[in-house]
Amino acid sequence: MTEEIFEYAPAPESRSTVSIRPSYDLFVDGEFVEAKSDERIVTINPADEEPLSEVAVASEADVDRAFTAARRAFERVWSPLPGAERGKYLFRIARIIQERARELAVLESLDNGKPIKETRDVDLPLVAAHFFYHAGWADKLAHAGLGPSPRPLGVAAQVIPWNFPLLMLAWKVAPALATGNTVVLKPAETTPLTALAFAEICQEAGLPPGVVNIVTGAGDTGRAVVAHPDADKVAFTGSTEVGREIARAVAGTGRRLSLELGGKGANIVYDDAAIDQAVEGIVSGIFFNQGHVCCAGSRLLVQESIAEELLAKLRARIERLRLGDPLDKNTDIGAINSAAQLARIRELVAVGEAEGVSGWSPACLIPERGFWFPPTVFTGVTQAHRVAREEIFGPVLSVLTFRTPEEAVAKANNTPYGLSAGVWTEKGSRMLWTASRLRAGVVWSNTFNMFDPASPFGGYKESGYGREGGRHGLEAYLG
Amino acid sequence: MPDTVPGSLRAYLHGLPGVDEVGVHRRAADLATRSIKTTAKRRAIDLAIRMVDLTTLEGADTPGKVRALAGKAMRPDPADPTTPAVAALCVYPDMVPVAAQALSGSGVGLASVATGFPAGRTSPEVKLADTRMAVAAGATEIDMVIDRGAFLSGDYRKVFDEIAAVKEACGETHLKVILETGELVSYDNVRRASWLAMHAGADFIKTSTGKVTPAATLPVTLVMLEAVRDYLAATGRRVGVKPAGGIRTTKDAMRYLVLVKEVAGESWLDPAWFRLGASTLLNDLLMQRTKLNTGHYAGPDYYTID
Repeated sequence: MTEEIFEYAPAPESRSTVSIRPSYDLFVDGEFVEAKSDERIVTINPADEEPLSEVAVASEADVDRAFTAARRAFERVWSPLPGAERGKYLFRIARIIQERARELAVLESLDNGKPIKETRDVDLPLVAAHFFYHAGWADKLAHAGLGPSPRPLGVAAQVIPWNFPLLMLAWKVAPALATGNTVVLKPAETTPLTALAFAEICQEAGLPPGVVNIVTGAGDTGRAVVAHPDADKVAFTGSTEVGREIARAVAGTGRRLSLELGGKGANIVYDDAAIDQAVEGIVSGIFFNQGHVCCAGSRLLVQESIAEELLAKLRARIERLRLGDPLDKNTDIGAINSAAQLARIRELVAVGEAEGVSGWSPACLIPERGFWFPPTVFTGVTQAHRVAREEIFGPVLSVLTFRTPEEAVAKANNTPYGLSAGVWTEKGSRMLWTASRLRAGVVWSNTFNMFDPASPFGGYKESGYGREGGRHGLEAYLG
Repeated sequence: MPDTVPGSLRAYLHGLPGVDEVGVHRRAADLATRSIKTTAKRRAIDLAIRMVDLTTLEGADTPGKVRALAGKAMRPDPADPTTPAVAALCVYPDMVPVAAQALSGSGVGLASVATGFPAGRTSPEVKLADTRMAVAAGATEIDMVIDRGAFLSGDYRKVFDEIAAVKEACGETHLKVILETGELVSYDNVRRASWLAMHAGADFIKTSTGKVTPAATLPVTLVMLEAVRDYLAATGRRVGVKPAGGIRTTKDAMRYLVLVKEVAGESWLDPAWFRLGASTLLNDLLMQRTKLNTGHYAGPDYYTID
């Protein structure tokens, strides 16, 4: 490699703002309590595979204890509390999150592997925004269009994924608390640390004990949480496979369920699109958060007449992505969250290659330790290829072409999923024509992966049901 | 020499891909978060100094003022002889003889604004005479303004022909074409004007006169950098870019260099292909340079005012 004229020097964010305890217990009834079993999970930094801490594994008995605390808090404290008072707690939590934003961003990058640029500029601002937004709703629920006096459901069982650990917690906890419910939440086994930091924030905010309970663990703990007989509501974000299992477990119990599952989002680029910005949108659509995004634009549908030009620009742009240390402020692509996820990505990419589609990655140095996968583009993909159908959940883009708007819409909808889509055109009428025909919960117009607490988010078909965020999201927690 | 544009200019320019404003702002904001530290900062500061077109364009300019600024252009930091000279001094045409004498033999370029700067509201004959006078007096670079009125009324041919004529009048002298993006307003217009100017023979495209607000911005410069990158790919000819006006701090300058590196590419990171039109920027670059070398800031009185 020739020496660059203006090579960025390392610009690592300091770790000194973060203090990670060697070991964490469960957060139940307002305090950290020892789990009944001695089993522990070690959580590691995926960028260097160094252990960060170990957390307790909650057994059924521990989960039971958490539900007891949540039920008591619901009945005695939280649901009788006037909305304006609940709102004050949420505002307080939001402000503490803002005050501790730097620390939480670093902690999230360490535990998850995502670049500090994203935790600092996307995750944490959105986390705070979700609490502020729902704090505002707490005393205005009568005006949400859900009847004159909507009532909370009770105790919500919530299980969240590892791709946006703290943000998914905010999406679950903020609306539940604003509407007067209490929660038992299980963070993902590979990314429990920011949820445990959130537990400290609940203490700092003086939140009444039992309103928020956080139980760590893996699949068994998750099953115990969602199947607990005292749950009035189950909310899950994660894979479609697990979502199905939960739907089966909840079926017939009368409990309310919302699921936010997988996706295979189509990003449609018409020949009259603003090409340079479309390239940016394609890049943020699939490489944002290493592609660990359920609403990622993992299928690029480009009009055949501009495919070559667009792909040339896309490759040139991808070559500029900087992969490496997640704590470096100039890193665009961080580490894959776990060895298991890396294996899954590799497996599907191998399937693509075996099926004869051609893969391309830029020349980039892959760090020796940790879990990494270079940004990859598959061209010549058709609807019949598995890489066009299955969710890869990694930095892998499948490129398909189309000839007419009808064909674009037909291909975009030809998936069992229906979470997100993007449309790129400078022509307003074509934008509206396309968007109204796409069967996806979110359709982005000339942008991608933009989120706002006021905007409802959720899926069609196998991408789940129920909405999170906005007025619609409140409905999931009110009866 | 101007190259040929197929078909009607209007059809050609309006056939260029559109620019999405929200997307451009997002990309520029994203690149502005790049963190430039230590060795990278040191290199970037020296590069930025070498890219400065040190400018004085005031009604109150006098030979004394121009000579003083020429001294600064050649020796930006008298206390530190390792400091590189700036790229060029930029003055009004009537000040070119004074500047030429002051800069003689220094290797620092001499840019003259021309063509009825800054509004360009004069006859084609006067614009060409303005240009020829500056060239004859020793300007090595001409910074012309386009006829924004003609551009906004859709008379692209007039704008094209005027640039081509000025280019001819320049001969071997480098031509920078000022688009005055603050008056073109939309990014679609900026992209069209960029391509129009490049096809008409511009060696550089420049954002602003500095007399209109807004002057240079990161998103406008980003759109122009995309244009020169794509023009090189389409024609094989490389054109330079010069943001001018409103670039005051080292942090601003770093952000422009990041934009050049990540949008047009490393090969544009050269005073031959990228310039910063500025006046107060230079002292801030010098202060930051001293800070990096000595570990402390010197007071403003340690830097010359000119």
